[in-house]
Amino acid sequence: MAVLTEEQSMLRDAAKAWVQEKAPVGALRKARDSGSLLGYAPEAFADMAAMGWAGVVIPETHGGSEFGYLSLGLVLEELGRTLAASPLAVSSMAAAYALVRAGTDAQKETWLSAIAAGEAVAALAVDEGPRHDPVRTALKAEAAAGGWRLSGAKAFVAEGMAATVYIVAARTAGSPGDEAGISLFLVPADAKGLTRSPRHLADSRDYAALTFDGVEVGADAVLGTAGEGYAPLERTLDVARIAVSAEMLGMASQAFDVTLDYLKTRVQFGQTIGSFQALQHRAAKMFSELELARSCVEAALAAIDQDADDLAQQAALAKAVAGDTLNLISREMVQMHGGIGMTDVHDAGLYLKRARAVETLFGSTAWHRDRWGRMQGY
Amino acid sequence: MADFGSTDAEAFRAEARDWLAANFPTSLVGVEVAMINATGPVEGDALLWKQRVGEKGWGTPTWPKEYGGGGLTPAQARILQQEMNRIGARNPIGGMGIMMFGPTLLEYGSEAQKQRHIPPICRGEIRWCQGYSEPGAGSDLAALQTRAEDMGDHFLVNGQKVWTSGAQYADWCFCLVRTDFTTKHEGISFVLFDMKTPGVEVRPIQLISGNSPFCETFLTDVKVPKENLVGPLNGGWTIGKRLLQHERNSLSGGGGSAGRFASGTSLDKLAKTYVGVDETGRIADPDLRSRIIRHQMEAKAFMLTLMRAQAEAKGGGGPSNATSIMKNVGSKVGQDRAELAVEIMGAQGLGWEGEGFTDKELEQTRNWLGGKATTIYGGSAEIQNNIIAKRILGLLDHQ
Repeated sequence: MAVLTEEQSMLRDAAKAWVQEKAPVGALRKARDSGSLLGYAPEAFADMAAMGWAGVVIPETHGGSEFGYLSLGLVLEELGRTLAASPLAVSSMAAAYALVRAGTDAQKETWLSAIAAGEAVAALAVDEGPRHDPVRTALKAEAAAGGWRLSGAKAFVAEGMAATVYIVAARTAGSPGDEAGISLFLVPADAKGLTRSPRHLADSRDYAALTFDGVEVGADAVLGTAGEGYAPLERTLDVARIAVSAEMLGMASQAFDVTLDYLKTRVQFGQTIGSFQALQHRAAKMFSELELARSCVEAALAAIDQDADDLAQQAALAKAVAGDTLNLISREMVQMHGGIGMTDVHDAGLYLKRARAVETLFGSTAWHRDRWGRMQGY
Repeated sequence: MADFGSTDAEAFRAEARDWLAANFPTSLVGVEVAMINATGPVEGDALLWKQRVGEKGWGTPTWPKEYGGGGLTPAQARILQQEMNRIGARNPIGGMGIMMFGPTLLEYGSEAQKQRHIPPICRGEIRWCQGYSEPGAGSDLAALQTRAEDMGDHFLVNGQKVWTSGAQYADWCFCLVRTDFTTKHEGISFVLFDMKTPGVEVRPIQLISGNSPFCETFLTDVKVPKENLVGPLNGGWTIGKRLLQHERNSLSGGGGSAGRFASGTSLDKLAKTYVGVDETGRIADPDLRSRIIRHQMEAKAFMLTLMRAQAEAKGGGGPSNATSIMKNVGSKVGQDRAELAVEIMGAQGLGWEGEGFTDKELEQTRNWLGGKATTIYGGSAEIQNNIIAKRILGLLDHQ
């Protein structure tokens, strides 16, 4: 665990206590069984916002506490532990980052305090297929009277049904595969010509398919500079990747703790199965991987606070190492629990399903490994 | 005393700087002064530097002054290290006496033992070796059978030790012996003897790398005076284990091995030289490339974990859980790197001797082989996993 300030320790402890009381794993199960499109009860997110969690990285002038990314990462890790669903990672961390960094005064005025208050949810509408690939953006934005007209589609937008506004990656020039010519737009969810429908994945969380049928927005909807959106988009996505990595770290830690507990209590052949060396060494391996993942995730969160030059490399490292770790532990969690781990009543399946969803979200482990290698010159 | 902490620190920095300026021979900038010199004793400037540091006690900066140490606080020792790094000065006092035996004797030795053995360690005069493993006692160290019989004023020691690092150059040995055969862990004692004692015979073992850093040590009717028993009779296991903790700490090194990964020639450059590049300038073999990347990421994660553990230790949270994984992860990263280098270089990476190979290529072959020891010595990778499972994770022994 990183060396924390007293305030950070208090925030983490508060999150730990709240999650256990208000958002245990059962809350996700309940949301799933109720047919919720969000994966969480709206009161729970309102509760988080009331505690200030939605505004941790937002300036005080816009209703936030400007307490930093490592601080918000601590909350995300705790939420990950119980699979507590919320738009905090996407909206309150990544989208908020984009607005703070690139937004005009008017855009900040409109959106930041609403995000900090939990009244607005901003989602990142980037991918157009099942695999993350921002440079392949094809959704078209054409100049129209007084602004732009957007046509195309977006796929698997995380928190897309909860969103009240999207940061949309669109192509104003060039072709899919070109970095130049990508622009970012702020598009309200109720814009005319924009339709959305839910996509139900195994993790019971919120994903939306969006269709843009000549959606018209004003010139003031451009976030940053038209045609030069790729660099800020990648930077924003890196923040999203690190946010997700913090959630993954929490998930992996909890999945490991639960499994370790089972190794200590399940008795076969007259002794706890955790006394078998074949299982002990696999547990030691998981522990080692978790320690390495923690180092990478905490360093990446701190890198956002420091506005580090190598943020992209740190994000790729954190996402890939946390991804490998979570993949291993989620598989071992089911295997080591045996038959009970295959039942829906046990939590192992929920961790397994969410694990694969976050592993692919904002770039898979293999994708980030290759990306990291390219950045290092390999 | 610490009221004027920062002033004290600056005063000490000035003192250290002055002393180093006056005493460090500039011919030794960046030069390691070996404790064990295969070609003979150190001489010239190296000897001078060693003597000066030894006399000052700064080779063992935090050890008590009364036994020849520097008597510095940890903060002062850090400043001294910084000042030495600044001018490229290396600590000429090293070896097992410093890393393992000294700290253990300071904790468990009698006053007379400390007075006798610690000062020569501080001066770098006496080289120690470790009589632990035996042919039948490797990972199961407590199975050791070397017998020490009570002969009144001395013990008579008979048996065989193995993997005794540097025994052929060592002056003294700290040794685990069996003084009670009716019980296992509680029948072991910790004794010291002079390697020149009659009955001590050393034979170097040639390893797969061609080097002989380890020896077999045969002990035949070796007389060990009673005064050389450390701690109570049959109380040697506790002391022996404590020493192993010091060994592991030095092996996983708050810098040593990790620093090498960071500073070594990058595998990228090596691969582009020996394998070549594709039309986009990337390593031509995509499977090899992806495995190199995977390895480099693990090395980076290991470095970040070393840094985190250091920050956490300084932050006062006590020793971090992360330290327990360092030996296994560090040794794996090192071995993976060597295996990748061999694969990248093809036949050129397997050069054994003679023409057709650069010195670097030949060294790489030997390092690849020599590095296989890192997951075996100091508690094998499997023993480390047992330790993590039992001590950190709280899993029970199999019944």
